[in-house]
Amino acid sequence: MNLLDTAGSLNMIGYGIATLGPALGVAWIFASVINGTARQPEARGAMLSTAWIGFAVVEALAIIGIALAFVIN
Amino acid sequence: MGPAAFGLIPLEGSAPPEFGVQAFDSRPLFPSSVWTACHGEGSLPASCAEASSTWTDVWFTNHIAQAVIAAVAVIVFWLVVVWRPKVIPGKRQFVGEYLYDMIRNGVARDIIGRDYQKYVPYLLALFTFILVNNLFGQTFLFMFPTFSKIGFAWGLAGASWILYNAAGIKRHGLAGYFKNMTVPHGVPAPLLILVAPLEFISNFITRPLTLGLRLFANLFAGHLVVMVFVVGGSWLLLATSASSAGYSPIWNVAGGLALLLSFFVFAIELLVACLQAYIFTVLTAQYVSSSLSEAH
Repeated sequence: MNLLDTAGSLNMIGYGIATLGPALGVAWIFASVINGTARQPEARGAMLSTAWIGFAVVEALAIIGIALAFVIN
Repeated sequence: MGPAAFGLIPLEGSAPPEFGVQAFDSRPLFPSSVWTACHGEGSLPASCAEASSTWTDVWFTNHIAQAVIAAVAVIVFWLVVVWRPKVIPGKRQFVGEYLYDMIRNGVARDIIGRDYQKYVPYLLALFTFILVNNLFGQTFLFMFPTFSKIGFAWGLAGASWILYNAAGIKRHGLAGYFKNMTVPHGVPAPLLILVAPLEFISNFITRPLTLGLRLFANLFAGHLVVMVFVVGGSWLLLATSASSAGYSPIWNVAGGLALLLSFFVFAIELLVACLQAYIFTVLTAQYVSSSLSEAH
C-alpha cells in the first residue's frame, strides 16, 4: 500500500466549490449584524432573530450540498 | 501492518477495550455469538450477513449507550444544581443559574417573546443534551460525538418539528396554522400558486431536514478530520520500511507532527460542539416563534 496513491470522489471538490456561495452568504449576514449592532446597539436582539432565520435558509444550501455530495455517485 | 501496530495508541481496529478515537462503526454492548464470529479477526464464516445479527446487536450499541448516558448525566446535573437553592447562590447553584439564564433570557425570551415560559424546559434540555453528546467527541472513554451518527440527529430534529407544529396548531387551530405557514402576508393572489408550495416545502420539509443535517454534518465532518489526523498520523508515525512500500523517514516526522496538530483540531471541535448545540436551540426557538406569530 502506497500512501500517495490517493483515491476519492470529485464530488468533494464540487462540494468545496459549492460551499463558496453559502460561506459568503453567512459571512455577509453576520457582518451586517455586527455593522448594525455597532450603529445601534439596542437593536441587536431584533437584528439577530432575523439573522438566525436568514442564516438557516442560506446554510441550507451548504447542508443539502454535503448530503448530495455523499449520495450522488 | 496489523492491529498490533496500533498498540501504543489504541485506535480503530485494535483489540477491545478500545479507548482511542472511535471510528463510525457501532459495536454491540452484548455481542451475540453470531456477531462475534462474523466480526473477529481472520477468515469469516460464509453465513455472515446483515440479517444474521440479533436485535440486541442492532439496538444495544455503544452509541445508544452514549445517548442514554448523556440523558442521565443531564438529568443528574440539573437535579444536583437545583438541590436546596439558596438566596445567595454558591458555586454549584451559580453554574446552574448561569446556564439557565443563558437559555431562558438569551434564547427563549429574546426569540419567542410572549408566552416563552412553556418552552424553556424543552430548550434547556435540548441544549444541555446536545452539548453533552457533542463533548463526548473530546471526552476520554467515549471519543465519539453521538450526533455524527445521523439517526440521533433525526430524532432531535423530529422532536423539534413536532414541537413547533404542535405549538402553532394549538395557537391558531389547524386551518389557521396552515394558512399562516403557507400564505405570506401581502402577496398578491396570482403569485400564491408559486409562493404557497415553496413556503410549504420551506416550513415543513426543509426546516427539519436542515436542522438534523446541520448538526450531523458538522460533527461528522469534524470527527472525520480528527480521524484523519489521529489515524493517519499514527499510521505514518509507526510506518517502517518493512511495513510499507515507498517508505521514507519523513513519514515518521509528518506523523508526529500530525498527532501534535490533532490537539488544535480537537480545540476547534470543542468550539464547534458548543456552537452547534447553541444553534440547534436557537433555531428551534426561532421556528416555535415563527409558528406562534400572527402573520409573517
